[in-house]
Amino acid sequence: MARREIELRVNGRSLRGSAEPRTTLADFLRDELGLTGTHLGCEHGVCGACTILLDGRSVRSCLLFALQAQGSELRTVEGLADPDGPLHPIQEAFSEHHGLQCGFCTPGFLMSVCELLADDPDPGEQEIRAYLSGNLCRCTGYQNIVAAVQAAAGKLREAGAGGPGGSRVAPRGTGGPGG
Amino acid sequence: MKPPPFEYVAPASLEEAVAALGEHGDEAKALAGGQSLVPLLAFRLAAPSVLVDLNGVAGLDHLGADGDRLVIGALARQRAVERLPGLGRRCPMLAEAVAQVGHVAIRNRGTVGGSLAHADPAAEWPALALALDGECQVVGPRGTRTVPVEDLLVSYFTTTLEPDELITELRLTLPGGRVGSTFVELARRHGDFAIVGVGALLGLTSDGSVALARLTLIGVGERAVRARRAETLLEGERPSDELLDEAAAAVDEAISPTSDLHGSAGYRRQVARVLTRRALATARARAEGKEEGPDGQA
Repeated sequence: MARREIELRVNGRSLRGSAEPRTTLADFLRDELGLTGTHLGCEHGVCGACTILLDGRSVRSCLLFALQAQGSELRTVEGLADPDGPLHPIQEAFSEHHGLQCGFCTPGFLMSVCELLADDPDPGEQEIRAYLSGNLCRCTGYQNIVAAVQAAAGKLREAGAGGPGGSRVAPRGTGGPGG
Repeated sequence: MKPPPFEYVAPASLEEAVAALGEHGDEAKALAGGQSLVPLLAFRLAAPSVLVDLNGVAGLDHLGADGDRLVIGALARQRAVERLPGLGRRCPMLAEAVAQVGHVAIRNRGTVGGSLAHADPAAEWPALALALDGECQVVGPRGTRTVPVEDLLVSYFTTTLEPDELITELRLTLPGGRVGSTFVELARRHGDFAIVGVGALLGLTSDGSVALARLTLIGVGERAVRARRAETLLEGERPSDELLDEAAAAVDEAISPTSDLHGSAGYRRQVARVLTRRALATARARAEGKEEGPDGQA
């Protein structure tokens, strides 16, 4: 099938590429745009490794076709911290609390946590577990991930994330005030 | 694990979508949220030559109350329903069921119309629609028709929709008054498909007897079912513990579970009875004002 042109914004940058209709958004990000931070595990919507934000909401990029993201605003794990800058508070917390071991599932977890903490800056353990139930981790046993999310929530609240929508939760380049 | 090749059509209007489906007949598939269809493509269990993407069709994602009716556009996302203010108090069954559909990222994309059209026997929406007198508006080249969800569901992943027809809207009736409801599921993990799921709704008269009873089950046969004899046992009677026991036992004849790796048919029958009994107790407590729905600030 003929390739089609796709224009979209990823992490605040306007990007373009082309894809066949059957190319998933995850493959497009990785193979066409070179953004390999988004990982692919099961490729059928179970593991959550390919979770990204589409117009601010978490989605599984293996269950969308690249053509469907035409004109959309995406956030991927590459958008959390500047390449030379400090880690994003959520990444810091995962590091400090051993919320990862092999790291394969981590990008998906981080993006799901972005959405969770934007929705609720102070989530309880049950809420964290419910939000993250769609992300599978085979290393950590989840205890440390839950602890990391609680710590990340604390860091973001301390950093004054309390503004409307918790602006610091959003990855850089959101275009919001100070974004 | 890569989808097979297909042509992709993205109509901007319902007319264009219906025309595209009509043009390609059986070879075409409508793509809504994609949370069921895309995995089927990835497994090559489905290989349509044309995908008609409905996501760009304007005016299909409306969502709102109209009197005692809840009107849900076919493209309304599960998450949008879940976040309807006050849903947990107005209809706990709906709020609890939607929260158990997949995971947040799936509910952000998955649509109500897509779930109905997919007709998975373990999916929540068909059961909700059966319990709440759901009817679908269906549009095709021959015009618009209204289909009660009872007449939409046939069997595993099979509905009475023609290949060139689309669900555009689901209308539910939310009973008022002294009504209590709940939706309970047994699943291996939160967000997994239900091994068995039960929706229960009880409406009480002012003297406390049952005016209205609805019991629907999923995961126990080829499609979602209503346990009509159990409902009849309850209606007109006082909802005593003994009567709830009897109604829960009567669910057995409405279901036809099969065995799979998640559980045997016998296990599912047992779970159906136990979950029904628990669901009825919760529905009764809520109807009597002794327990609040999931949004309730008790």
